[in-house]
Amino acid sequence: MVSGGESIDSTESMETTERVESMGTGRQLREPANRVSPRAVRYWFARAAVRCFVVLAVQVVWLIHSASGPQSADAWHVPLLVITSVAAVLWMGLMPPWRYRVHRWEVTPLAVYTQTGWIHRERRIAPLTRVQTVDTEQGAVARVFRLAKVTVTTASAAGPLVIDGLDADDAARLVERLTEAAQAERGDAT
Amino acid sequence: VTTYDDEPATGTVEESDGWQRLSGAMLVIQPVRELIRAIPLLIALIFASRASGGGPPWSLIGVAVVTLRGVLLWFTTRFRITSTQLQLRRGLLRRRTLVTQLDRVRTVDVTADVWQRFFRLAKVDIGTGTTDRRKEAFAIDGVGAARAQALRGELLHRSPAAPTASTPSGQELTGPAAAPAETEIARFRPGWAAYGPFTLSGAFTALFLVGFGWRISGEAHLHPDQITVVHDTTHHLEATAWWLSGLEVLVPVLALIALLSVCGYLLAFWGFRLSRHTGGTLHVERGLLTTRATSLEERRLRGVELSEPLLLRAVGGARCLAIATGLRVGRGAERGGTVLLPPAPREEALRVATDVLHDPSPWAAGLRPHPPAARRRRFTRATEGVLVLVAVLGLAWWVGWVPGSVPLLALLLLAPAWLVAADRAAALGHQLVAGAGDLRWLVTRGGSLVRRRSALAADGVIGVTIRQSPFQRRVGVVTLVATTAAGRQKYTVTDLGETQAQTLSDELLPGLLDDLLVDARAERRAPAAI
Repeated sequence: MVSGGESIDSTESMETTERVESMGTGRQLREPANRVSPRAVRYWFARAAVRCFVVLAVQVVWLIHSASGPQSADAWHVPLLVITSVAAVLWMGLMPPWRYRVHRWEVTPLAVYTQTGWIHRERRIAPLTRVQTVDTEQGAVARVFRLAKVTVTTASAAGPLVIDGLDADDAARLVERLTEAAQAERGDAT
Repeated sequence: VTTYDDEPATGTVEESDGWQRLSGAMLVIQPVRELIRAIPLLIALIFASRASGGGPPWSLIGVAVVTLRGVLLWFTTRFRITSTQLQLRRGLLRRRTLVTQLDRVRTVDVTADVWQRFFRLAKVDIGTGTTDRRKEAFAIDGVGAARAQALRGELLHRSPAAPTASTPSGQELTGPAAAPAETEIARFRPGWAAYGPFTLSGAFTALFLVGFGWRISGEAHLHPDQITVVHDTTHHLEATAWWLSGLEVLVPVLALIALLSVCGYLLAFWGFRLSRHTGGTLHVERGLLTTRATSLEERRLRGVELSEPLLLRAVGGARCLAIATGLRVGRGAERGGTVLLPPAPREEALRVATDVLHDPSPWAAGLRPHPPAARRRRFTRATEGVLVLVAVLGLAWWVGWVPGSVPLLALLLLAPAWLVAADRAAALGHQLVAGAGDLRWLVTRGGSLVRRRSALAADGVIGVTIRQSPFQRRVGVVTLVATTAAGRQKYTVTDLGETQAQTLSDELLPGLLDDLLVDARAERRAPAAI
């Protein structure tokens, strides 16, 4: 027999059907309630700037190296550098504010709910009862902005819930709350 | 499984405390295995020493080292079963002890390769339900076959009172739990091997053999043209018309692949048998030379997947895989031990799927269709793929790498691409089926080259992801991913309508979305405090 952690009793599933029917009449899944910290915009910009700098620096070194060599600079180098620079400026300019508009999170009494991405949008919902681990991560750049990344994993190897750019204090409070919820649950949450 | 480097404190606890060695025959088997594995290396050594002329006999030293390694493995490996734990100790310099709790044991595999079968031995693989690939496998490689069977019974059908204390090594266990009553669900029929050529494993086997031959001839400094047969054949082919020579090559190659596929099928699945034990486990046995027996706890089972690769579907075949927690779907013909039925007639696969789930509803239910945009997207994406290829080839033509006919010929790919797209569109569908009792099944179907219909218990869904690309947003469809701890870890419903996705997530996670659903007009709500 197939069995799971908890089974749905009949009254509950009847309610579910009713709710589903009412949903057809204009009810919609809203965005998660909370934005991440406003400092995340500058943090994402800084992170993007570091990456762009590395890519551009490699190209410049390559250009200088080949120019000083016996052969004159290849025709490809300069256009490639121009294209990368334009892409880098666009990325650094557009991505952070756009991402800030999309990234949202919420913890309800029953679930964790996140929305991430900028071009692609992704919403993830996981029941609190299925939360297995809650990790906080603070990279070097993130620490400068007092930000943290919270990763909530379930028993599935596919896709943990990630909230990036959270204020460090908020993150600590969130982790505490989620850990309590995870501990309250018995069983192996599969 | 917990791994830790051996600490000196327990160094005093030795064989007296129930530590057992592997069977003594492993002293012969392990070196033989290691030698066979090292054949390419040894051949290289032989040629190297011949080329250098004189010097130390490297090939002999190589053989000695490899043999010694095999022998050492026996001396350094010990295992023991306590009342709560299974412990495995190994390693010569860095001694490690692997420990697993007995109540964490989810699957037990008993494998025996040709050498072990000769000595009536077997290898016991113990799965603990972890999906982490980095964790070290827990295997007792080389105990008596009867002892292995007893171990399986002991580990899986453990009653609280069952004597799980260690037994003196060498003594074969014939425990009371060794042979519980069982009912057979499916049994191998030789005719099934005809489905072998319609899976890709045969082609891969052929490729592997060609690659191996190529490498050997390279190591041996043999030029293929020096072999008379090859030489004559190439000359003959050069003399005949291109289409005739193409046919002369293609037909034997296809025949060879078909033959290899049938052989591969028979090797893997000869003697296949799926049965249910009263202890609450499903039991799969199979294999011609290397035999393999897998046990799977039914309470870990979260569903069944029916997979039909295009070729197999064309001849009315299907295979059946288990969706169980702690058992990831792997690659290759074995699919990581999740096979419930090898490629077989579709009706047989359906029967097994129904029997295993005790429920015909997931397979009988009609599916909710996806919006027309989902169908259009299949064609757009197929067209885009071909056009990108044509553009790249066009660029290559412009630079002068390929003749102009190549990008034009690539345009012809549109026809098969559209056929596949139509097939993919026809496959799309999902349903939440109310099954027997309280059970509800998430049924998803999709794919063309590999069509999969999977039934996953809604209880097993531990999260929902809704993804939307800008293109999807424009036409109002999303992709829903149900995450789970079982099988593929995620089951994807591609391109369903936005409302459909909401309905489905609400059904999958009952009650969870209550706070998150609002009237469409009130959607832009002020952010709340934490």
